[in-house]
Amino acid sequence: MSNISWQTLVDAAGLGAIYALMAVGIGLVFGVLRLVNFAYGQLIMAGAFALAVAAELGWPVWAGILLCFGVVIALSLVMEWVVFRPLRTQAPAVMLVATFAVAFLMQSVALLWFGAFGKIAVSLAWLNRPIAIGPVDIRAITIVAIVVAFLCLLALVLLLGRTTVGLHMRAAAMDFRTARALGVRANRVITAAVLISGALAAIVAVMLTVQNPLVNANFALRDTIIVLAGVVVGGMGRLSSATFGGFAIGFVSGFLGGALPTSQSQYLPSLLFGLVIVVLLIRPGGLFTRGRGSVERV
Amino acid sequence: MTGRAIWQLFGPVFLVALAAAIGMAVSSSIQIYVINALVAVAMVAAIYVFVGNSGVLSFGHISFVAVGAWTAGVLTVPAEERSAIMPNLFTWLLHASVGNFSSLLVAAAVGGVFALIVGVPLMRLSGLAASIATFGVLEITYNLLYFYERIGPGSSAFSSVPETTDLLQATLGAFAVIGVAFMYQHSRFGQMLRATREDPAAAQAVGISIYWQRLFAFFLSGALAGFAGGLFIHLLPLTIQDMYLPLTLLTLAMLVVGGVSSLWGAVVGAFAVSGLDSFLAVAEGGIDVGGWHVGLPSGTRIVVVSAAMALVLILRPAGLCGGREFSLDRLRRIASRMRQRRG
Repeated sequence: MSNISWQTLVDAAGLGAIYALMAVGIGLVFGVLRLVNFAYGQLIMAGAFALAVAAELGWPVWAGILLCFGVVIALSLVMEWVVFRPLRTQAPAVMLVATFAVAFLMQSVALLWFGAFGKIAVSLAWLNRPIAIGPVDIRAITIVAIVVAFLCLLALVLLLGRTTVGLHMRAAAMDFRTARALGVRANRVITAAVLISGALAAIVAVMLTVQNPLVNANFALRDTIIVLAGVVVGGMGRLSSATFGGFAIGFVSGFLGGALPTSQSQYLPSLLFGLVIVVLLIRPGGLFTRGRGSVERV
Repeated sequence: MTGRAIWQLFGPVFLVALAAAIGMAVSSSIQIYVINALVAVAMVAAIYVFVGNSGVLSFGHISFVAVGAWTAGVLTVPAEERSAIMPNLFTWLLHASVGNFSSLLVAAAVGGVFALIVGVPLMRLSGLAASIATFGVLEITYNLLYFYERIGPGSSAFSSVPETTDLLQATLGAFAVIGVAFMYQHSRFGQMLRATREDPAAAQAVGISIYWQRLFAFFLSGALAGFAGGLFIHLLPLTIQDMYLPLTLLTLAMLVVGGVSSLWGAVVGAFAVSGLDSFLAVAEGGIDVGGWHVGLPSGTRIVVVSAAMALVLILRPAGLCGGREFSLDRLRRIASRMRQRRG
């Protein structure tokens, strides 16, 4: 294997790591609410704009990141309060289409506010400089992304496995009604899931702006659609399979993007989603699930 | 189909006829909005056939509209202009020409076949997973039609398509889609699919296959969407951008605002959101209010439409029509209640 393919593989793993974090953010909320948050990408977009505005105002990097976290978490909580909560008892399809509307609402508000050309978030651009490891040049952000994603997932595993609120969240994901009947407080569990999911969106916003400093209203929209497809391919039923699905689709997307010649890489979305459909044809329940998974259960 | 059921068709047909009558009365600059609304009714009724009857959301139907539009467009651009507008077209497509009416039928056929092909894997998924996976179909279609210039104009506008979708064709097209949707809904298959929507377990217990019923509805709905796409491309020169996420949002908003689970709701929603959207489009261009020239910033349309959609879902999830079909009885009851109140 030549060095270029090693490079492609590492870059693909970096993208996979970021997509895995997005998949966890979407999967956590799905677990407790049975709600697929299509507007997750717009939370990331809002965080990216916060970083760009902070950079424009000349704030130090840490203040920009703090603002990013503040904005994204505040928006997540508002979204939970205004949209998720009244819709909690509705069918999953109703909630999905509602978050689709919210996504477009946030996107078009950003378009009105910041204009079509968007802004540039430069504060962390130094992370783009390459680090030579052996014969391979790897951008620092790729390593940062992989390490951060690994640490976040580790923290999450500990949180879900070792704390009371984690136990409650797992119980709620398994059977919300029974969990409530046994004394799990619904609002607290949901708020916790939304908070963690928002924090993950902020982390993703920081890492995506390093790779792609031009922030406009469409920021992270495509990524969200790809991650959602990855979550379905992995298997929506369990957080771990959804996360693997997110990583897998990010990895494949990054790998194909790096490996294909330019004349073919314009067809990358078709190839990627074509692959998704083929995988679903073979394993409708999800790649990383046992048994029937997300096939219609009655 | 019972005699009573046919009266449910009265509401949608009346609204379309009313819109056509209004279209005849107004100036041609306003008429284009009426024609647009009628094409939107055709699209939304087509989407309703699958989404409304199955309860499974689809974000992919605009790709069937796009495929239908591309089909009808390529086949009706005058042959002598074709190589100038689409220089990279397949040779066999350079010479194949059909008339206006046939192009709509071919668009429906291609839309239906495309829906069938992608439906085979997607309909195996559970409702929610299927909904998300339909995004993939939209992405594939957008990506291919944008870059693959052997089957169309790629990223440039589809110019020189005969603009045959006038008020008459739009009205007849809307009638046709509503008619097919109504007949399907009251057919054996339609009733079976609606049973799976209401109670999947009970439906399966009486021997209904969720997979096959959903697949058939997806096919029929894809064909109708392709037909609507044909109407759309004969209306004005479009680019593939016009048949992507914003149109997906707009048509879903129409469906949801009216109420997903009835044909009456789909038609009412299509007219309501079209009206709102047209008004905002005019307002974005600037309107004169009492001597002042007021213009909304461009982009306001999507803000208002998506906010309206979210609000309806939060406050009245069953939509304006509450998921019920049009009924003369209810109209009569409401009228008598009002009379009592007055008396």
